[in-house]
Amino acid sequence: MTPEMLSLSNSPGLFVGIMLVKILVVFGVTMLIVAYATWCERKVIGHMQTRLGPMRTGWHGLLQPIADGIKLFFKEDLIPSESTKVPFLLAPMMILVPALITVAVIPFGPDISVGGFLIPQQITDLNIGVLYILAFAGLGIYGIVLAGWASNSKYSLLGGVRASAQMISYELAAGVSIIAIFMLSETLSLREIVFLQQQDLWGVCSFVPNWYVFTQPLAFCLFIITGLAEINRTPFDMPEAESELVSGFCTEYSSMKYALFFMAEYANMIVIAAIAATLFLGGWSAPLNIGIFTMIPGFVWLLLKIFSMMFFFMWLRATFPRVRYDQLMRLGWKVLLPLALANVVITGLVVVIF
Amino acid sequence: MENLVQIALQNVNMAAILPSLVLTCFGMGLLLINVFLPRGTTRHAVWISVIGLVVTGFFVYTGWGNPQYGFNDAVANDNYTAFFSVIFLFAAGLTILMSDDYLTREGYPVSEYYPLILFATAGAMWMASGTDMLTIFLGLEVMSIALYVLAGFFRGQLRSNEAGLKYFLLGAFSTGFLLYGIALIYGVTGSTKLTEIGIYLNAHGSLLENPMTLAGLVLLSTGFLFKIAAAPFHMWTPDVYEGAPTPVTAFMSAGPKAAAFAAFLRIMEYCFFSLKPEWTAMLWVIAVLTMVIGNVIAIQQTNLKRMLAYSSIAHAGYALVGLVAANEIGYSGILFYMLAYTFMNIGAFAVLVLAGKKGEDNLTLEGFSGFGLKRPFLGVAMTVFLFSLMGLPPTAGFAGKFYIFAGAVKAGYIWLAVIGVLNSAVSLYYYLRIMVYMYFRDAEEDYAWVSLPAAAVISIVIALIGVFYLGIIPGDVMEMAKMAIF
Amino acid sequence: MELIFFYLIAIVAVASGFLVIRCQSPVNSALGLVNTFFCLAIFYVMLHAPFMAAIQIMVYAGAIMVLIIFVIMLLNLGTEARKRYTTGVVWSAIASLLVLFNVMYFIKRGRVTGAEGDITSYTVESVGHVELIGKALFTEYLLPFEIASILLLVAIVGAVVLAKKEV
Repeated sequence: MTPEMLSLSNSPGLFVGIMLVKILVVFGVTMLIVAYATWCERKVIGHMQTRLGPMRTGWHGLLQPIADGIKLFFKEDLIPSESTKVPFLLAPMMILVPALITVAVIPFGPDISVGGFLIPQQITDLNIGVLYILAFAGLGIYGIVLAGWASNSKYSLLGGVRASAQMISYELAAGVSIIAIFMLSETLSLREIVFLQQQDLWGVCSFVPNWYVFTQPLAFCLFIITGLAEINRTPFDMPEAESELVSGFCTEYSSMKYALFFMAEYANMIVIAAIAATLFLGGWSAPLNIGIFTMIPGFVWLLLKIFSMMFFFMWLRATFPRVRYDQLMRLGWKVLLPLALANVVITGLVVVIF
Repeated sequence: MENLVQIALQNVNMAAILPSLVLTCFGMGLLLINVFLPRGTTRHAVWISVIGLVVTGFFVYTGWGNPQYGFNDAVANDNYTAFFSVIFLFAAGLTILMSDDYLTREGYPVSEYYPLILFATAGAMWMASGTDMLTIFLGLEVMSIALYVLAGFFRGQLRSNEAGLKYFLLGAFSTGFLLYGIALIYGVTGSTKLTEIGIYLNAHGSLLENPMTLAGLVLLSTGFLFKIAAAPFHMWTPDVYEGAPTPVTAFMSAGPKAAAFAAFLRIMEYCFFSLKPEWTAMLWVIAVLTMVIGNVIAIQQTNLKRMLAYSSIAHAGYALVGLVAANEIGYSGILFYMLAYTFMNIGAFAVLVLAGKKGEDNLTLEGFSGFGLKRPFLGVAMTVFLFSLMGLPPTAGFAGKFYIFAGAVKAGYIWLAVIGVLNSAVSLYYYLRIMVYMYFRDAEEDYAWVSLPAAAVISIVIALIGVFYLGIIPGDVMEMAKMAIF
Repeated sequence: MELIFFYLIAIVAVASGFLVIRCQSPVNSALGLVNTFFCLAIFYVMLHAPFMAAIQIMVYAGAIMVLIIFVIMLLNLGTEARKRYTTGVVWSAIASLLVLFNVMYFIKRGRVTGAEGDITSYTVESVGHVELIGKALFTEYLLPFEIASILLLVAIVGAVVLAKKEV
């Protein structure tokens, strides 16, 4: 008898318990990565610019994130008197929550069996997984827009306005670039997309897995570029743009609220990296179908992939200047979106013909 | 994968949508060609779109007597569709012909105007041909969105802005009603196909027992009654008709109104035939209200566009009488009346288009003093159109009203017919007043700005021919209208 | 359990709907509307229509409302425009209540029934909601689907005609 998939109906107690454990673990790991991503970024960029980065707190500054956290925590929490209070308070939460929610559908390993039940290593497997991600990725924008508007400061407002225009424009191209993946996988469930990527490459090359980055290189590039724009990372950090807008939408924020924005930025980075890894780089599966590689547990591979993507993002930040706003819009609407549409059309033709 | 493609293709029957397909292609082609045409004049676009309408007309003609169904019963290209398509094509053609010099005079020679009219016409054709609620709804939306834009086309003019915005907001609201009605009916019957809805309601339908059917019917009717500007959903009409560019007003008063009637009639007859006593009672009240309100308020108007707007409300009321009668003469009377109304009303608006100065502030009763003597051709044309609107023989308006009221009498609605005739008598007052001003007042101006561009004259002449043809030999067209109904 | 959850969400939905019409600042109203959209999405999930839920959030909350807020922010309405129309509130409240009672009366005295469809919640779960909707759109409702593209084209042309500086 094949073990049954654990669900709320066949074992409610165990299901809820395991769910809670999974949620706590994923949340904890994400927050840990967020904390150390800040340190990592400063180190990476420091070394790229022939500096050392933080060195004082702990060995090579390892305790820096904790020190930063304590500092921000104990800072005075200023609320500008001219601000609109409720949205001002809501904004930092509204930007962090969607980022964290999205992690729920990322699979981080094969099913394991516990007590006669199969348990997926994923908080939940929605059969509309990818749409769920797209839906919530579009919501982070509210935090930024509200923060910009509620602060009642012109720098913040400009940041908010820029953010809304930019994110709406790039959301389209991001969504369309992913559509090419669905057309190949014929499913929206991330779990199944990962399984499909474990097959042989194009059905012939037995030890190289069928990652979608090989079949859809253009979609991968488009997704990375639009993803960077979605999370407002350099070279698309127009909403913050410290050299022109002080600090953009978070100019008026201080203390823990500022920390939330900061965390959200890195949480978003993790999310984009995790989605890219899951959709294009085979998720938790090993890069080569060789015995030694497949022995290593799935979440290690997933984390490795996420880390390398994040390193790539940091590298970009050290390398590229910020694009101008009109260039940003032209790139989004006149280059990326047509390319993504063309990719969909070509993929469709190929799928129908073969 | 191939399997799905085959399933998708097996219901495709291009013959069922051929006319609207051709028209849409012309619309899209014109959009592309516009890019390369010289700006500042719209002459080329006029002729291309007229060619498009004629070609479409040819395909409508080939569809007569040769009903085609397709797309899983989403659309039917039958005689009914063909008859209404002819109405839309005439409305669009007459409008386009009178628009060219008007747009240049008002300072907006923008060629995108014509594709929008073509798309609105295609939308109207989908409304008439739709046998699925969704086809009808989307046709209505295509038509309405094009009209919202056209109503606000003169974006530098406050009046036009107001018309566009008002029409858009209220139109969106009424579309909401319509869609809600469709949803409720779908909830009851489990289908959006008109015939299946009809079969289900016939088998299961006592109206008052199932509140969802009742609500669905009422909401659906509200949506359509708004579009045909029936009281009490007529409030938008005067402001929108007055503010919109005059040719657009002409088009709105004829084409879309006929389209709404087409869809309304088909839905009522296909879906709700088992509930006829209920909805005829409802429409009886609305028809009377519409006639009375339209005519009584029209009496007080001095702005001619506004007066024609109220008169258009009244005419919607006359046509509703045919729907209340709900018999062969009544239904075919609606078809006939819509065609007649297209000629006479668009003709009247065409005269207004030519008589107006830039900005159109002179289109009042006073502004028409002595117009008929100074500009005899336009004066005579206007007189004929007004006679037809009044419903005097030997014009189209008389024949149309005759058929509709005959239908009402035959169905036993004697009082309704009496009210209709009395209303026609009331309408004599304000139509005649225009003529009094045109012929029996001294001209204060010489109307030197009035020119007679060829295209607009063609439009007026076609309308005149139509009015007289339908008025003198109504029998042929009436026979066709009888063949067109179900 | 599901019923309690439904009432909870329903209360939130109605409350945020009330916020939409009662808030002084348009941005707060817009946020109330976003919240209503979320509640609707939850209802869709409870009705076994996850695809609708995702699209609801993506299209309404994620795109349309962002644009609305964008416009509100840019316009920066003056105090005149912010004033709510308060005339006739009492009458409209009475009218709404009457309609509500009317509707409730008819629901009470009649039977709300409908046809049984082929697609049950079991089919939705086994075949997949996205697959079902996709199939319906491209087979049964092919023509309406294609007309929708014309609709969008007309809307785009219209927006350009009305909004572009030089046409």
